Amino acid sequence: MNIDSIQNGIVIDHIKAGSAMELYDLLGLDALDVSVAIIKNVSSRKMGKKDIIKIDADIPVDLDVIGYVDPGATINVIKDGLLVEKKTLSLPQTLTNVLKCKNPRCITSCEQELDHVFRLTDEAKKLYRCVYCETKAN
Amino acid sequence: MRSIIDILDLSVAELDELLAVATDIIAQPDQYRDACAHKKLATLFFEPSTRTRLSFEAAMYELGGNVLSVTGGATSSVAKGESIADTAKTVSCYADIIAMRHPKEGAALVAARNASIPVINAGDGGHCHPTQTLADLLTIYREKGGFDGLTIGLCGDLKFGRTVHSLINAMSRYHNIRFILVSPQELKLPSYVKNDTLKKYGLPYTQTTDLQELLPEMDVLYMTRVQRERFFNEEDYLRLKDTYILTPDKLRNAKQDLCIMHPLPRVNEISVAIDDDPRACYFKQVLNGKYMRMALILKLLKEAAL
Repeated sequence: MNIDSIQNGIVIDHIKAGSAMELYDLLGLDALDVSVAIIKNVSSRKMGKKDIIKIDADIPVDLDVIGYVDPGATINVIKDGLLVEKKTLSLPQTLTNVLKCKNPRCITSCEQELDHVFRLTDEAKKLYRCVYCETKAN
Repeated sequence: MRSIIDILDLSVAELDELLAVATDIIAQPDQYRDACAHKKLATLFFEPSTRTRLSFEAAMYELGGNVLSVTGGATSSVAKGESIADTAKTVSCYADIIAMRHPKEGAALVAARNASIPVINAGDGGHCHPTQTLADLLTIYREKGGFDGLTIGLCGDLKFGRTVHSLINAMSRYHNIRFILVSPQELKLPSYVKNDTLKKYGLPYTQTTDLQELLPEMDVLYMTRVQRERFFNEEDYLRLKDTYILTPDKLRNAKQDLCIMHPLPRVNEISVAIDDDPRACYFKQVLNGKYMRMALILKLLKEAAL
């Protein structure tokens, strides 16, 4: 299967197989008016299988979102057909408006203008809790 | 601006300082009569409360300060749809310090982030109630002479009981503490409190549904009410509300120096026949709450003036 290489844009590589659609949704890529390719289950020597997302435009992407979904993913920035920057990620300490708190008793359930902020409370378990009510993200 | 949302916002050294100030207030109240003269406390209570609001207001009056009071969302701008952020900014223009109770969890944090004066969380839903914990700590401190080495029984609603969660968090920082958790299966201590506090700090605990079984081992028995307002389903509330009722008969095998506590209001968890037992400390807790709130108001206003 061939996907054209991009001239100017971003390649999110080494995404854990099966996570590309979640990333696509959380990054809001459906709202973009540019070509976006989602390549699933690509053979990988290191990972066995992986997903890749190619975005045909040099747009800002939320690294916290990518770090949350898969801290093992890599970001490649392409300019004029050349790789100009490679970024590695880690789990972000906070997530703002990436996840919604589902606790009906949380203040975010009634104050609509509030940001939904989650804080990393257990790195080993990748556990995030709402900063307002401490309900865990799921 | 320093605010107190969670009991863990206060270090152990600061808790010691508050206990010392409260003890001094008890010993020589006249020395504090004008300590907050010309200062105003705004009590914003968007959920029914008798003792907490009165305790804050009595505390401020005894420090020589004044009180501005809002009770019930229905009479405030919140009823018109004003956000907590705007309310906090507005009240900051009138008062020097805020004590706020709200039914939604995290409401006090939102107020603190938007106010330009200190905010004290006077209860945010089932989440935190740090000044109740301050009252609890002073009571244990005065009754038991310290905190280390105590076996603390917590009984009743351990799931939604914010006072229980705060007390566990506070006590976890002292030495050789053991907890006995007594509750129906449906109201067990949430796993996040167990994982983030009890297990994280290696604190020994026993879970049981039988109050009498381990009562003889307890130094402190903290009873709680099953709170109707925390249930979405009335049937569940009715089924669980009378699970534990402490009577003189049940205390037969308890320690002679047991300290029986309750954050109040009680419904029927503790028989009134126990009120005259010297081990009943729940009304002392109410008084201690006022002294600790005085100490906390003093501390925050002093810090704000720096």
